[in-house]
Amino acid sequence: MPKEVIKAEELAKKQREISISEFFLKNRHLLGFDNPTRALMMVVKEAVDNALDATGEMKVLPEIKIELKQINENRFIVIVEDNGPGIVKQQIPNIFGKLLYGSKFHTLRQNRGQQGIGISAAVLYSQLTTGKSTKIYSRVSPKKPAHYFELQIDTKKNEANVLEDKEVNWNKEYGTKIEIEIEGRYLKGKQSVDEYVKETAIVNPHATFIYITPEKEKFEYKRVTEELPIEPREIKPHPYGIELGQLIKMLQDTRANALSGFLQNDFSRIGQGTAKEICDKAKLKTERKPKSLEEKEIELLFKSMQETKIMAPPSDCLSPIKAELLEKGLRKEINADFYVTTTRSPSVYRGMPFIIECAVAYGGELDKEAQVRLMRYANRVPLLYQQGACAITEAVTDTSWKSYGLNQSGNNMPTGPAIILVHMASVWVPFTNEAKEAIAHYDEIIKEIKLALQECGRKLSIYIHKHIRAAEQRDKINLFEKYIPELASSLSKLTNTKKEILQEKLQKILKKELPTLEANNENGKKE
Amino acid sequence: MAKKNKSAEALKELGEKVVKDVDKNKNPSVVVPIRALSNVIFNEKTKILELGDKTSTRYFFNVAHAKKFLQTVEIASISKNLLGEEKHASLRDVFYMAKRTIPGTNVNLVDDQSESDDIIEDLELVTGNSREQLNINANKNGSVAGKVVITDKGDIIDWSKMGSGGWSIPSNVEDIEFKKVNAKYIIYMEKQAVWERLHEDKFWDKNNCLIVTSQGQTTRGIRRLLQRLYEEHSLPIYVLTDFDCYGFYIYSVLKYGSINLAHASEHLAIPSVKYLGITSSDIEKYDLKKHFIKLKDHDLARLKQIAEYEWFKNNKAWQKEIKTMKQYGAKAEIQALSARGISFISQTYLPEKIKNKDFLE
Repeated sequence: MPKEVIKAEELAKKQREISISEFFLKNRHLLGFDNPTRALMMVVKEAVDNALDATGEMKVLPEIKIELKQINENRFIVIVEDNGPGIVKQQIPNIFGKLLYGSKFHTLRQNRGQQGIGISAAVLYSQLTTGKSTKIYSRVSPKKPAHYFELQIDTKKNEANVLEDKEVNWNKEYGTKIEIEIEGRYLKGKQSVDEYVKETAIVNPHATFIYITPEKEKFEYKRVTEELPIEPREIKPHPYGIELGQLIKMLQDTRANALSGFLQNDFSRIGQGTAKEICDKAKLKTERKPKSLEEKEIELLFKSMQETKIMAPPSDCLSPIKAELLEKGLRKEINADFYVTTTRSPSVYRGMPFIIECAVAYGGELDKEAQVRLMRYANRVPLLYQQGACAITEAVTDTSWKSYGLNQSGNNMPTGPAIILVHMASVWVPFTNEAKEAIAHYDEIIKEIKLALQECGRKLSIYIHKHIRAAEQRDKINLFEKYIPELASSLSKLTNTKKEILQEKLQKILKKELPTLEANNENGKKE
Repeated sequence: MAKKNKSAEALKELGEKVVKDVDKNKNPSVVVPIRALSNVIFNEKTKILELGDKTSTRYFFNVAHAKKFLQTVEIASISKNLLGEEKHASLRDVFYMAKRTIPGTNVNLVDDQSESDDIIEDLELVTGNSREQLNINANKNGSVAGKVVITDKGDIIDWSKMGSGGWSIPSNVEDIEFKKVNAKYIIYMEKQAVWERLHEDKFWDKNNCLIVTSQGQTTRGIRRLLQRLYEEHSLPIYVLTDFDCYGFYIYSVLKYGSINLAHASEHLAIPSVKYLGITSSDIEKYDLKKHFIKLKDHDLARLKQIAEYEWFKNNKAWQKEIKTMKQYGAKAEIQALSARGISFISQTYLPEKIKNKDFLE
């Protein structure tokens, strides 16, 4: 059947032609580039994530400048500049010009990068919508000159096409600056770049952000702490957290020669004893070569790994914001009367360690009548879209805020002058889909979020009862001042007594009664 | 006009007592009898509800009382003004006369008519004068038909010649005079629709009786009218209601007086009334179970309250009805009888029940 063979080969050719750029084009909604408004935010987000990661690696206090320049109605230049270590010349094509480029395959680490598919996606989006090259300035040492690149992505080969590469003068000792021209739309509001920058500043209190809007408004979010976040450690996957496909790939890629060694080296929390137990249960010899396992055997191994009792993964790989710093971050951007924050102890879902942090700000300039604003974060990155689909939202609406002093009808978002902030830090945040804007509904996660909310809620309720109720009571007492003329007027009509005289006398009685009124109020005494 | 002056004096007295407090540099107060179950006594001898002597003192300088105090004085002043001008106002009018936002606040002197109605009832007690004597009238809310001729404000009115709507009963029936009464008994029904059925079927003519209705709870005007007809012409009164807790309470109010107006029972209650409404045996006899309406939580709660009222507590017949309703977990409306024919009620149900003296008491 030679005909059919040819057919298959043709098919294969065609299949190969579905390039990465086409994949991107067809799937840009999944990746967060589905509309011009969101695309603008995604580009800023990718660039800022990179900047924060770069400064984090170098352990310097980040100073990040974000500028949006509007060229015409739907075209913008996004400029993001950081004071990180710069990027060595050889790495630039990889980082900016290769989609899905990454080094961390079989290790897990709490990082922002899990959020998007990387800055290269922004470069590609720019190229697709404007045809322009991306411009990069980078300086790795004050002793060396800065480098300037212009590049595009060769979509067929999935690699950078460097169009310009030269040394330039740049009055910065270290750092990277990227300029990306894209099609986009700038809007204000809840899902805007403005909001993204502000919310990012709240959870990165150690960073300074300077942000210039297309309208040339300048916002400066200054750092409030010199304390750098703990650099998250990488950990190996926990046996409970992997899938069969991943196990197959790990068996292929491992450097270990024996199954026992593979289990011990490539996973966390497996020692010699546990490794043997797993192998025994799967009826596999501990000295088997990992690459030699057959499909059926791998399935047995996988099953055995899930059924063996294994200690929970280490949690020192997590880097929470920490309650105290979270409060500082919130205080500097949100003008409220009361702040409460909490950081829960680490917990585990499906073999993945995670930490929930929560904060509530109350009163001050916050709108008394409006729905409470919910700020959601995953690994310090604000989640601005798909609030309704997120586990955080479920946990918040499922919590009974009435008992904590906010208004709430049924299982809706509470209303009142408050902001609720929830942060999930994990080596792997389970998103509902690739747009990575909503956290999936795992019972363990929802439970932890609820506990964190309850902790904050209890403190909030104490505050509200002490301060707000007291103020309401004072208001009530003040009402007597207004009631007196009314009573005087009714009484004067009823008895033909002079209103002014009655009023004067009632004022005197009020002064006399005031201490009693206040005392009775405290006890909430009624009839 | 002596009566009017007496009312006005009583109101003024209330005000002067308050002024006296003010002059003495005291927290001004009014003493109001408590109108709640806790202060209602069931008089075993007269078989009517009476108000006890518990009172509460309403203070002006008290966060919980201030607004009610203000309302009391304001409505007293409105009423005194009405008496002075010799004008009558409805309960609704009084509500609007009192309703305003207190300057400099977002507080309304009264928010809802029920608040001003409540104060008016307090004033009746405090001054010892009825609502009507304070020149405040309730809405007309009821109809009567039958072979009776009365005079009202000089007009001669024949209740058998009032067309399809019947004579509408005013809130004050003190001044009407019965000229000719030709009836053997009165049926009072809670449902206007049932009244209309009986009226169209000329039930009152065929059976030589009076038919009376109001919408829902019986107004004071109707209760007083029924009482006068009973006392002056010895007409037995039968109460026709649904088989549900509200129907039972309508009967209870007519017979024993209401908790809210226990002070006026003497002029309103008619201890001889009998229940002619749907009973559990009717339900079995006329096969009404297929027309049941399920009891809701609030029905059950109300039923429990009624079962515990002193005047029902030791009444075996009524306890049986209440127990059976709980067992059914359902109530039944009078109109369910219409399933057996539109005029079943007037041709069969009522005549049979009355003939057999199938009443509940």
